[in-house]
Amino acid sequence: MVGIVRFGGYIPRLRLSRRVVVEANAWGNPALKSMGKSERSMCGWDEDAITLGAAAARDCLGDADPAAIRGIYFASTSAPFEDRQSAGVIAEALRAAGPDCAALDVAQSQRAGTSGLIAALSAVAGGAGPIVYVAADRRVAPAASMQELAFGDGAAALLLDAGDGAAKLLGSKSSTVDFVDHYRGENRRFDYGWEERWVRNEGFLKIVPPVVKAVLDEAGVAPSAVTHFCMPCTLRGVAAGVAKQAGIPEAAVQDNLHDGCGDTGTAHALVMLVHALERAKPGDILLVAGFGQGCDALLFQATDKVAEGRSAVGVAGHLARGTVETNYQKFLAFNGMVEMEKSPRSEADRQTKHTAAYRHRDMLLGFVGGRCTSCGTLQIPKSRICVNPNCRAVDSQEDHPFQSYPGRIVTWSADYLTYTPEPPAYYGMVQFAEGGRLMADFTDVDPALMQVGGGVEMVLRVKDRDPNRGFVRYFWKAKPVGDAAAAKA
Amino acid sequence: MPKGIKDKVVILGMGCSRFGERWDADAEDLMVEAYLEAMGDAGIESSQLDAAWLSTCYEEQHVGKSAIPLSTALRLPNIPVTRVENLCASGSEAFRGAVYAVASGAADIALALGVEKLKDAGYGGLPYRTKGTVNDLYQANISAPGAFAQIASAYGARFGLDRGEIKRAMAHISVKSHDNGSKNPKAHLRNKITEDAVLNAGIVAEPLGLYDCCGVSDGAACAIVTTPEIAKSLGKKDLVAVKALQLSASNGLESQHNSWDGSHFVTTRIAAKRAYDEAGIANPREQLSLIEVHDCFSITELVTMEDLFISAEGEAVKDVLDGFYDSDGKVPCQIDGGLKCFGHPIGASGLRMMYEQYLQMLGRAGDRQRKEPPVLGLTHNLGGHPHSNVCSIAIVGRYGA
Repeated sequence: MVGIVRFGGYIPRLRLSRRVVVEANAWGNPALKSMGKSERSMCGWDEDAITLGAAAARDCLGDADPAAIRGIYFASTSAPFEDRQSAGVIAEALRAAGPDCAALDVAQSQRAGTSGLIAALSAVAGGAGPIVYVAADRRVAPAASMQELAFGDGAAALLLDAGDGAAKLLGSKSSTVDFVDHYRGENRRFDYGWEERWVRNEGFLKIVPPVVKAVLDEAGVAPSAVTHFCMPCTLRGVAAGVAKQAGIPEAAVQDNLHDGCGDTGTAHALVMLVHALERAKPGDILLVAGFGQGCDALLFQATDKVAEGRSAVGVAGHLARGTVETNYQKFLAFNGMVEMEKSPRSEADRQTKHTAAYRHRDMLLGFVGGRCTSCGTLQIPKSRICVNPNCRAVDSQEDHPFQSYPGRIVTWSADYLTYTPEPPAYYGMVQFAEGGRLMADFTDVDPALMQVGGGVEMVLRVKDRDPNRGFVRYFWKAKPVGDAAAAKA
Repeated sequence: MPKGIKDKVVILGMGCSRFGERWDADAEDLMVEAYLEAMGDAGIESSQLDAAWLSTCYEEQHVGKSAIPLSTALRLPNIPVTRVENLCASGSEAFRGAVYAVASGAADIALALGVEKLKDAGYGGLPYRTKGTVNDLYQANISAPGAFAQIASAYGARFGLDRGEIKRAMAHISVKSHDNGSKNPKAHLRNKITEDAVLNAGIVAEPLGLYDCCGVSDGAACAIVTTPEIAKSLGKKDLVAVKALQLSASNGLESQHNSWDGSHFVTTRIAAKRAYDEAGIANPREQLSLIEVHDCFSITELVTMEDLFISAEGEAVKDVLDGFYDSDGKVPCQIDGGLKCFGHPIGASGLRMMYEQYLQMLGRAGDRQRKEPPVLGLTHNLGGHPHSNVCSIAIVGRYGA
């Protein structure tokens, strides 16, 4: 048997008010007026599919040993690179990369999230586990489009391994048909879609039910036994229509998270699955479908360890901790939908020297520093000679992970001079309770939490982007979390 | 302990260009402006110079690398010329090179010239610069005001001061420097300002407002140094001598070791102690009669008063508000307007501080001259950021004092 051992998720902090989007755009498209309810999740300027995925994976893994991970799978249709493996970046961020770690990116279809999951579970069944399965999307849509309102940004992650885990796989089934409900051509920024009524009636309602029925039949599970049906679709009536055709109880149909999150693309089937697992009881039957050029369906049963698989924050936790953003212009700016005036400082050359970045990849992506084996002092970055003035041992440092350490603010400022896509730039000296410190950029700042002594946690984010070459640099930033964590530090 | 530099080298002549937005001038023009004044003051010919040092920091913004731009602009007679750079403390490094050359006997007469041409950048504030190949991969997106502003957060937390109390003391510092700069014909900023204007100005980097930040200026300053004996032989009577030159560079402790609380400058304290020892100063608050410090930001000046051991720890706010450092106070600080108003052409600033000490000690400071010419003065020239910097402390005074 194979199963999901742990599960986690990540929804970015900002929640764009759909009302402000509709107010800005209804002049040209009155049909939007009915779409102004609730919020959708939106990335900060320094988030992308990789950072979303890394955050979900970290949430999923908690304190699990990264060295045991044998593979990272990553599904997305909005990966920041056309040719650079996202799973590899996430592997480094999890400190799982190395000679015993496989990595695979899955893309090109909205059902990549579920197709990749079936492949990963097969690999685990063949002895390739444990695998961390991650799906994330940050899709962009034209301003004033229905998609802009329907989409959300987010990620989910599953730790898969042999055995029943927290939820065991009962079966999976796939069909394939070249149904083009939408597509995105080469070098095109946005999707091009076909009429919704056709997509619903000829697409979802004809393609999904047979696969759902088949997976239940093959597993010998009665449709009425399904307790959680995860159908990632924001078109009205689809999830209920599929459930009805398949004989799945209406009560089992899961919230599609349109309110407060939106459709997170390839991640959404997994976001919904994780959200369901977070509430599942032992014995519950979870069915998750993925749609796009066919259909995938996976059937799981929660075990008596389902509560142990739950992560520290999870999808529900992240959904509950959002901050409503009512500045639509900021959303447009963060997504490159409007050409913003930039300080001349932004013109500085940000070419990455890949030789140097490679040498320092443990520190840059894994936030690994050093621990002096002579005196025990922690420092980041590490150096050949120990920073402790009473030690100065040479070549005494072993790798030491800092990414999970709570920190506190020693000094800080909010800077309106330096270039950042979201002024002011908050940064300051962050000190870790176990030792070590770093002058760090801050992200997801609640200004009320910016105080000397205030607590922070470290998160992987986009450090900066090189507009001349299309490269994205990642590094760790401090996220203010207030006094509770400070007390620990 | 080394014997030190005290009274081995004297200043033969000094010059300083007008500082400011010198749309009219290249760096080379500014060099010549400071050089001609210094040479006229010294009363020598270029054939008498044995060696020279050039200090610039943002050379990519103006002259490019090497010391050749100095040698060429001044048409020096193929003597050894060296370019030095140590961030905003570069000017003091040029001075140190020239003084040490004379003290060693390698040169009889040496020249130090610092220059910066920043106003070809096309925008306000200091130009963007790379922090280095690896540093650019991870170091925070930090600007100078944001780096120094952080001192305020930690100083306030350490002494239980709220933002308003710190802002008021910083405002007093800036009002004072504008008052002083208004009397200086070479200063970049000569307008007087009010405390209200300071407090109501827009924020550059919390809690620093516009008037808490020094000017970004074009300018050059020049010193010519020699031995006391040669100076006398050239007819000089009132000699200003070097008493101490100290430099302290961060070694990563502040930025990486948790022993620093972020509220003071580690290097300033170390360099100041060494300089006082070298100069034989036991009580700086009583013995120093003029100080020029690196007031890149008002908060820097505030905490530096403690790091120089002139104000007791936690007492700088009181001393500042009491007027102790005003132009008519016990120990005037920035009597020429300082970086704040005289201006801050990076590579020239350390030498500009020295220029003011020299003028004041010789009674040549015009409208801003102290009634009693100072006897012992200190310059404090800081490069880098509070968590990683170089600090230069020079003490000069009447020869024999």
